[in-house]
Amino acid sequence: MKQYIIRRLLQMIPTLIGISIIIFTISALVPGDYITARDNPNMTAERAAELRSIYGLDKPEYQRYFIWAGNMLVGNFGTSLQHKLPVTEVIGEYVWNSFIIAFFAMILSWTIAVIAGVFSAKFQYSLLDKLITLAVFICMSLPSFFIGLLLIKWFALDLKLLPVGGMTTAGLKGGTWTYIWDVVEHSILPIVVLTMLSIGGLARYFRTSMLEVIRQDYIRTARAKGLKERTVIFKHAFRNAMIPAITLLGFELPGLFGGAMIMEQIFAWPGIGHVYLNSINMRDYPFMLGFTIFLALLTLLGNLLADVLYGIADPRIRLK
Amino acid sequence: MSASASPITENTDYRPKAIDSPWKTAWRRFARNRLAVIGTIIIALMFLICFIGPFLSPYGVLDYSLKDKNLSPNTSYWLGTDKLGRDILLRMMLAGRISLLVGLVATIISVIIGCSLGAFAGFYGKKVDTVIMRVADIFMALPSLPILIIMGVVLSDLGVEPNQRIWFLMLIIGVLNWTTIARLVRGQMLTLREQEFMQATEALGLKDRRKIFRHLLPNTIPVIIVTATLGVAGAILSESALSFLGVGVIPPTPSWGNMISAANNLIDFGKRPWLWIPPGMCILITTVAINLIGDGLRDAMDPKTKK
Repeated sequence: MKQYIIRRLLQMIPTLIGISIIIFTISALVPGDYITARDNPNMTAERAAELRSIYGLDKPEYQRYFIWAGNMLVGNFGTSLQHKLPVTEVIGEYVWNSFIIAFFAMILSWTIAVIAGVFSAKFQYSLLDKLITLAVFICMSLPSFFIGLLLIKWFALDLKLLPVGGMTTAGLKGGTWTYIWDVVEHSILPIVVLTMLSIGGLARYFRTSMLEVIRQDYIRTARAKGLKERTVIFKHAFRNAMIPAITLLGFELPGLFGGAMIMEQIFAWPGIGHVYLNSINMRDYPFMLGFTIFLALLTLLGNLLADVLYGIADPRIRLK
Repeated sequence: MSASASPITENTDYRPKAIDSPWKTAWRRFARNRLAVIGTIIIALMFLICFIGPFLSPYGVLDYSLKDKNLSPNTSYWLGTDKLGRDILLRMMLAGRISLLVGLVATIISVIIGCSLGAFAGFYGKKVDTVIMRVADIFMALPSLPILIIMGVVLSDLGVEPNQRIWFLMLIIGVLNWTTIARLVRGQMLTLREQEFMQATEALGLKDRRKIFRHLLPNTIPVIIVTATLGVAGAILSESALSFLGVGVIPPTPSWGNMISAANNLIDFGKRPWLWIPPGMCILITTVAINLIGDGLRDAMDPKTKK
């Protein structure tokens, strides 16, 4: 196992190099830089040139790539031009706001998806199954931003039940509990939308894997020895159906820490995805590049985690 | 002769029933799947309305009348008008053309790239395989939405004309999505090339190109069709998200995504829902229908799920 993990980690290196080259090339294509994007009328040509040399923007592209990549190797992702802070610090500051909604959305969507999947498998071809399948399809095809906007319109503008956006009410007075409740109120809509977005694929997956297990011989054995249907489904079938699902847990990693750009934009949630979208408008290269690499790294680690978890959960799988 | 023979031939017809071709069987199974048929009808209607509808509209593509601006839905403007007094229904049909086209062409691009690279990787194996699949790994780990957004910004900064922009957009979305198909095709290739009919092509001395494109790839078509269908829905969603953020299809070219961005204006968002809810519903209906078709095709073409 240890060997396997080490080998996989080593295999990541060429992939990461490839990713970094692609990402850097794309961002180098963007004409204009941080200095021009700020559009400061008081900026003289000399001052601009001076600033460019301070930020290293005057060097040729390939040199900038090596400087950037070399710094990243020692954990230095550069300094965000917009926040005047190291990129890692900016990520560290905002990533938890994203994590809060992503984490609760994950718990909610897994719970609902498991229940929906198990029941639609148990009553395959029933009306319930068909309704769940249709709902799953709708969830899988939702344009995230549109559904977010609709919910804001209904629940925040029309019914005035929930706040329109943001994470806290400006100028709120009160103790810790009022503050927490305020954040909860603000986070309900984003969590609901995120849950809806991820629930479809999960429920479908659980249904398929449950259907596969129900057809196995040991389920017939369990029924034959006179166990209650409930025990058969929830104990014998359910546990085995959940093994492949553990793999999915690994794939959640980038979603948990990567932020949901469009959602955070719509709900004005101060998460990392929101900051990232702003950084693109501000041409804040160090942050753009650093965060994209961070996302790619999360994806790769998530894949590795998925494989490792699978090996742990299913003793038939030997990782070599 | 014929008079005496005819009753006998009728009674001794022991010929086996004609065996349906796989396509026919698949078609019959597909037609029996009610949801998939509904999806097909919806998509057909969507295409019809978007491509023929504008000709039936009383308003011209470039018509605007400022005195009729921001009207709510009424008898002369069924879905109301926008801030320039343009008919929303007409704009939505024109936008549908763009959105459907972007989805289709982007998918065709990713199918072409994915099929050829996947086929080469699976057919030649060894180094070719390693190189192509490594590149695929890199593309799979690329965070697609951020990359799409950055590319959109690049297009804006390079000053690409709005009407040429959609072609670039199709290319970008297509290029970023080739890996799924490549991996599937490669997997199929690996099993197909070990089969006996490939020994026959070897014995016939066929060229590699002929083997790949005439004998191997046609066998992977069912998988490709299913993935490509689902891919169209994904591409439409990507395009609309980008256009909503203002880095995809940009005005004056209408697309469902950029029509929804009217909702970024708080007054339009709250007071004039006819500006952004109908295009949103179009995206939703289209993607649900496409996914239903894709799922129906998967069931119909998979020989393992014989019903």
